[in-house]
Amino acid sequence: MSYCHDLVSVEALRARIAALEGIWQHASDIDRRQNALPTAPFGLPPVDRALPWGGLPTACLHELAAAAPADGSAAGFAATLLVRLGKAEGARPRSVLWCAAGNGLYGPGLAGYGLDTRRLVLVRGRSQADLLWAMEEGLRSGAVAAVVGEVPDADLTATRRLQLAAEAGRSTALLLRTPQQKPGESKPAPSAAVTAWRIGAAPSAPAPYGIGVGAERWRVELVRCRGGVQHQWLLEWSDETHRLVMASELRDRPAQAPAGVPGAKTVPFPLRHAERLAV
Amino acid sequence: MRGRLIIVAADRAAQSAGIFPGQPLADARALEPALRALDADLGADRQALEHLAEWCTRYTPWTAPEELEPGGAGGVFLDVSGCAHLFGGEAALLADIATRLERNGVSARAAIADTAGAAWAVARFASSNLIGDLVVPPGGQCGALAALPVAALRLSPETTAGLERLGLRRIDALYPLPRAPLARRFGMHLCRRLDQALGRLDEPISPHLPHEPWRLQLAFAEPIGRREDVAAGLERLLAALCHRLAEEMQGARRLAFTLYRTDGTTQRAEIGTSLPMREGRHLSRLFAEKLDRLDYDFSFGLGVDLMVLTAPVVEPLEAAQASLVAVANDDAPEALGALVDRLANRLGPPAICRLIPVESHLPERAQRAAPPLDSAREALAAWRQTRPRPVRLFAQPQPVDAIAPVPDDPPLLFRWRAKLHRVRLSDGPERIAGEWWRAGAPAGAEIRDYYRVEDEDGRRFWLYREGLYHPAKTPRWFLHGLFG
Repeated sequence: MSYCHDLVSVEALRARIAALEGIWQHASDIDRRQNALPTAPFGLPPVDRALPWGGLPTACLHELAAAAPADGSAAGFAATLLVRLGKAEGARPRSVLWCAAGNGLYGPGLAGYGLDTRRLVLVRGRSQADLLWAMEEGLRSGAVAAVVGEVPDADLTATRRLQLAAEAGRSTALLLRTPQQKPGESKPAPSAAVTAWRIGAAPSAPAPYGIGVGAERWRVELVRCRGGVQHQWLLEWSDETHRLVMASELRDRPAQAPAGVPGAKTVPFPLRHAERLAV
Repeated sequence: MRGRLIIVAADRAAQSAGIFPGQPLADARALEPALRALDADLGADRQALEHLAEWCTRYTPWTAPEELEPGGAGGVFLDVSGCAHLFGGEAALLADIATRLERNGVSARAAIADTAGAAWAVARFASSNLIGDLVVPPGGQCGALAALPVAALRLSPETTAGLERLGLRRIDALYPLPRAPLARRFGMHLCRRLDQALGRLDEPISPHLPHEPWRLQLAFAEPIGRREDVAAGLERLLAALCHRLAEEMQGARRLAFTLYRTDGTTQRAEIGTSLPMREGRHLSRLFAEKLDRLDYDFSFGLGVDLMVLTAPVVEPLEAAQASLVAVANDDAPEALGALVDRLANRLGPPAICRLIPVESHLPERAQRAAPPLDSAREALAAWRQTRPRPVRLFAQPQPVDAIAPVPDDPPLLFRWRAKLHRVRLSDGPERIAGEWWRAGAPAGAEIRDYYRVEDEDGRRFWLYREGLYHPAKTPRWFLHGLFG
C-alpha cells in the first residue's frame, strides 16, 4: 500500500469510489462532490484513521456481529455507539430505536454505558418481516438518530433496503447479527452494509489491587469496510471517563490470538496500542 | 319441552298457513307438510339484533336492542328526537326504515310515538299497515293504545292471562280502573308499564353505543365499492374533522371509521395515536393499513352507501402545529410520535415501549415497560444503580450446574447450555433479599447472592446462588444476565 500525500486527490478518489460502490446512491451531486458524508467519530484516533471517512458514517447501514452466541459484548458496544450517534455535536439529543424479537435488554445495564433510556424506544416484532419493516419505518421517518435491529438473518435484499432507508432518512442503521451455530461457517452473509464489525469479549485487565473483574474489554474487528481494510483493536470501557479507550498492552496475553477470518491479510498499521491481526 | 319440539318463531308465510309460536312441531307439520324447520339459535338471534341496532345508528346515535323474548321476537328502540327532519319527517323516516329493511330481507314493523312503550305497542299490535297509522301524533298515546290488547303493554304472560280472565282485554278498559286494587292484584309492574306507555313515567333507553359528539358522516346516492373511493371519502371526512378539531383546539387520540353497507352489515376500522393529533395526512396514513384489511368483495349492486367517522377520545391540543410528517432534523416529539403511532398501529401498542426504573432491589423488578412518549415524573426518573448491571437480563433465570467452595465463595466453574465455563475472575457476593413486604410476592422469595464472573474467554456473566448456605442442602445456581 502506498500512501498518497495529495489529500485533494484522495478525497476525490474516495468520492468516486463511494459513488461506484453505491454508498449514498441517492445523494445529490453536490453532496457527492463535497464528499459530505456526515460521520460520527469514535474519538479514538486509531479507529477513526482506519475508517476512510474519519469516523463512522451516519446515514448508512453498519453490521455488528457477535463473536460468540449469547454474549452481551455486541449489545454493549452497540450501546456505546448509540450514545455517540444520539448526541451529535451541538444538536439536541435525539432518540434511538431498538428493534428485537425478544426484549432481554436491561435498562440499568444500558444506562451504565451512558445511554439515556428515556430516549431509547424498544420495538418488539414477532416476525423478521415485522422487524425489518419497523427498522425501515424508523430510518425513513428521520425522527430518530439511529435504529438498532436484531435480525438473525437479513439477506442481501433486506440490507439493501435498509441502506436506502438510512440514506433517505439520514439515520444510522445498526444490524446486530448473532453468529451461526456451526463454527465452520464463518463466511459472512452477503450484505449491502458499509462496514461490518465483529465484537467479542476479551479478558479484562486485572482490577486495582488484583481483586475482582476489571474494566470490560472487547475485541473489536473491522471485518469489512468499503474503501478500507480489515483491522482489529482491543477496546476498553472506562467507567471513570464513561467512554471507550484503547486498551493498553495486555499483560497477560492469551496463549494464542483467536483465529482470524480465513483469507484475512495482515495489515501493518503504525499504531502504538493497536494489536496486530494475526493470521 | 317435555321431549316435544316447539315452534319458536314463524315467518309471514308460515303464519298465514296457521302456524304460530308455541305450537308443537308435529302439529305444524300436519297443517303444512312443506314446512321447513330450523333449530332455534337464541345466541345468534341476539347477535343479529345487535347488528341491526348498530345498523340503525344511521338514523340516530341512540339505538338500543331489546331483550329477546322467550318466543325469539325482539326489537330495536331508536330515539329519533330531533333526527326525523333529516329524513323528511317522521312518516318518511318510517318509510325509509321499512324499505331498507325489506330490501335486506328483514320483515319488520316500525312505529313512532312519544314514548317507547307506545311505539312498541303500536309496532306490534296495530291492525293496519299504513304509515299514517304507525305514526302516533304527539300526545296521542291514549287514543292510539285504546283499542289494542293488554299484551301490548309489555306484560308477562301470567299478568296478561290474569287480566283477560277478569274481562280486561283492551287497554282502554284499564284507564278508568282505580290504581290501588290493580297494583295489589297484579303488582306495581302493570301500573308502571301503563304509565310508561302513556308518558306519565319516564323510561330511559340505554343506548347501544355511547353518544359521540365528534361524529361526521358522508352518504352516497349510489353505493361505492372500490378501495380508492372509500379512501377518498375518508380523506374528506378527515379533513373536515381536523378542521373542526383545530377550531376547538383539540386533538384526537382515537378514531373509528365505520362503513355502512347496503346489505345491512357494517365494517369498522379503528386507530389510536400516542399524542393528541389533528394532522390529516398522518391520520390517513395510519388508516391506510386498516383500510387494506377491510372487505371490498361486493357483488353487483352492493356497496357502501354511508361512512361515518367518529373520534371517541379527544384531548386538548394547544398550539397550532406545522406539518408533522416532514423530516425533522432535531428530535421533535411530534415526529417521534408519528413514528410511534405507525409502529403501534401495525405491531400493537404494547410492542413499543421504553424502559423506566422501578424502586426495587430485585433485578427483574427494577425496570418496567412504559409507553414511549409518557412524560410522567416517574417515567423521567434516572436509574439509581451504582453497582455494575448486565446489559441483558433473562426473564427467567437459567439454572446452571456450578462448582463453588462452601459456604459462599464464587463458583470455580459452571456449565450452561452444555458448555463448560472456567471462572477466571469474579466479583461478589452482592446479597439481594426477596421483597417479603410486598403482597403477592412469591412464597419462596429467598435471599440471592449475586456474583459477576468472567470466564477464560473474557465473557462476563451474572450468576446467583439461591438461599443461604446450608450444609444439608445442595445450593442451586442460576444465570441471570450477560454483561457487555
